[in-house]
Amino acid sequence: MARMSKKEKELHLLLNPKKVGPVDPAKLKATKVKRLNRSTGGDVLIAVILGVFGLFMLFPIVFAVSNAFKPLDELWYFPPRLIVRNPTMKNFIDLFNLMSESWVPFSKYIFNTLLVAVTGTFGHVIIASLAAFAISKHKFRGQKVMFQMIVLSLMFSGAVTGVPTFLIFSRLGMMNNFLVLILPAFTSSLGLYLMKQFMDQMINESVLEAAKIDGSNEFNTFWKIVMPMVKPAWLTLIVLSFQGLWNTGGTVYIQKESLKTLNYALGQILAAGVTRQGAAAAAAVIMMILPVLVFVFSQSKIVETMSSSGMKD
Amino acid sequence: MKGLILIKKQIDHKRPSNAKETTVSYLFILPYMIGFSIFTVLPVLISIVFSFTSFDILQPPKWIWFENYFRLFFADSIFLTAIRNTLILAFVTGPVGYMLSLLMAWFINELRPKVRALVTFVFFAPTISGNMFLMWNLLFATDSYGYLNGTLMRYGFIITPVNWLRNPDYMMGIAIMVSLWMSLGVGFLAFIAGFQGVDRSYYEAAAVDGISNRWQELWFVTLPLMKSQMMFSAVMSITGAFSVGGVVSALFGDPSQDYAVHTIMNHLNDYGGVRFEMGYASAIATLLFFIMIGANLVIKRLISKVGE
Repeated sequence: MARMSKKEKELHLLLNPKKVGPVDPAKLKATKVKRLNRSTGGDVLIAVILGVFGLFMLFPIVFAVSNAFKPLDELWYFPPRLIVRNPTMKNFIDLFNLMSESWVPFSKYIFNTLLVAVTGTFGHVIIASLAAFAISKHKFRGQKVMFQMIVLSLMFSGAVTGVPTFLIFSRLGMMNNFLVLILPAFTSSLGLYLMKQFMDQMINESVLEAAKIDGSNEFNTFWKIVMPMVKPAWLTLIVLSFQGLWNTGGTVYIQKESLKTLNYALGQILAAGVTRQGAAAAAAVIMMILPVLVFVFSQSKIVETMSSSGMKD
Repeated sequence: MKGLILIKKQIDHKRPSNAKETTVSYLFILPYMIGFSIFTVLPVLISIVFSFTSFDILQPPKWIWFENYFRLFFADSIFLTAIRNTLILAFVTGPVGYMLSLLMAWFINELRPKVRALVTFVFFAPTISGNMFLMWNLLFATDSYGYLNGTLMRYGFIITPVNWLRNPDYMMGIAIMVSLWMSLGVGFLAFIAGFQGVDRSYYEAAAVDGISNRWQELWFVTLPLMKSQMMFSAVMSITGAFSVGGVVSALFGDPSQDYAVHTIMNHLNDYGGVRFEMGYASAIATLLFFIMIGANLVIKRLISKVGE
């Protein structure tokens, strides 16, 4: 069934009606006005399930946001309350005071993290798109094998190869260098995979041929014609890559305090435990803001990219 | 006419593989392939080779054949616990997380566009919020200020606080719950997109054809059209389910009490990051690598049979 084209499918449905008998035109009209095959009971059930799971998903986040604004007496209130009564900014001020006490200024952690996240994301989008374009639209030897390897690499987590990666970096003399965080991000296989699938579906051969006849070289075609057409795809890559890099710790590779990232710095505060839970909640909220904003702004584009994410056997 | 012939020629020789064009193609993939080889392929190969050695970084590796693997299976009872825990976690959070992604995406698809965007965000939020899972630490905190303990004590369910994160009776349950909380990731987005990509005319045709409720519609019409998204999400779910580790050590400490939620990833980090027994750690990594790839290939087989 799934392999049929749309036309074949319609034909199939026409030729093999499961219910034999005339279709009541009134009924047909009624179903057209209302949504098809939707019972009110089902709607209610779905609303309830979505509500329950939605609360479950949101609960820790609401708790964190609420805690971030709780004054001290409310944080220690027994029994604990979920929602803050008298919101205050004190936790955020405490957090910044705590951070400025450390001998590396807080702004340095933010700068480090932004540098890593922005460079890594930018490089990833360019490098993965270049490769995706060649794999999707060119013909060359080893192309199939290459894509198979990339699909295979989606099937295991990079965390598995932590040990050899560590050895490689130390051999390359890249310890205490942002490159250890940035370079692997450049070649994330998920990004290349999504980009390639999107190009397969959205870029028409005839456009490329036309560009070629007009005398455009491959790189020019890629940069001026293909990239603008796959905007939803690279927005998706930006969201996924940025979110990963923003939350990166990298403490195994980077021991120098002045090179550490926000995730590490805020983790130190969280590690202090319950005594600093107000500042910890504030830290968690601050960490969350940027990835959330990036996601919200590009959400509709992400859905577009993902529609071509499918994997064939 | 001449132009037409020219165009025809171009189309006939769609991307001919002459030397110059091939060079251009290789230039396009070169930067990616260099990085991919060094940071993805090479580590896997090194891992496999080192798994046959004894290596502590200070001295050169010594070839010991299968000794690491014998030790894993016959002399390391904690590893067997780790395998058991990882399999339990993977077999619960993998399929359940996958079904959750599918069902939630399907339900969300019924909503109006504005609401749909909001609800999608709510469900995806745990994935983008980074370290937010640490909030579960506070919710399950051991003293009476922990949210769960406080609430249960207030209503008289318990009298003394329960040590949720250190009591092996509860730890696995909590680990599964937190993993599920984080399981709606990229695969979930793929499902959302897949549902939106189904042409309405299929539903209309199916309704005429005798499909009489939304469940039948899902099973007989929608899912067979979404096979490729199902495959992609499955790969994401499985890979995620087997690599649970960081969350566990952040919530339960490392090692966790009685190794009750100790996973293969935790074991790997223990030997690779703490004890610097790199050969042994590589053996663990190699095993986990093949477990992940194997599970993914099996699932691919299964899904390709859907609707046949």
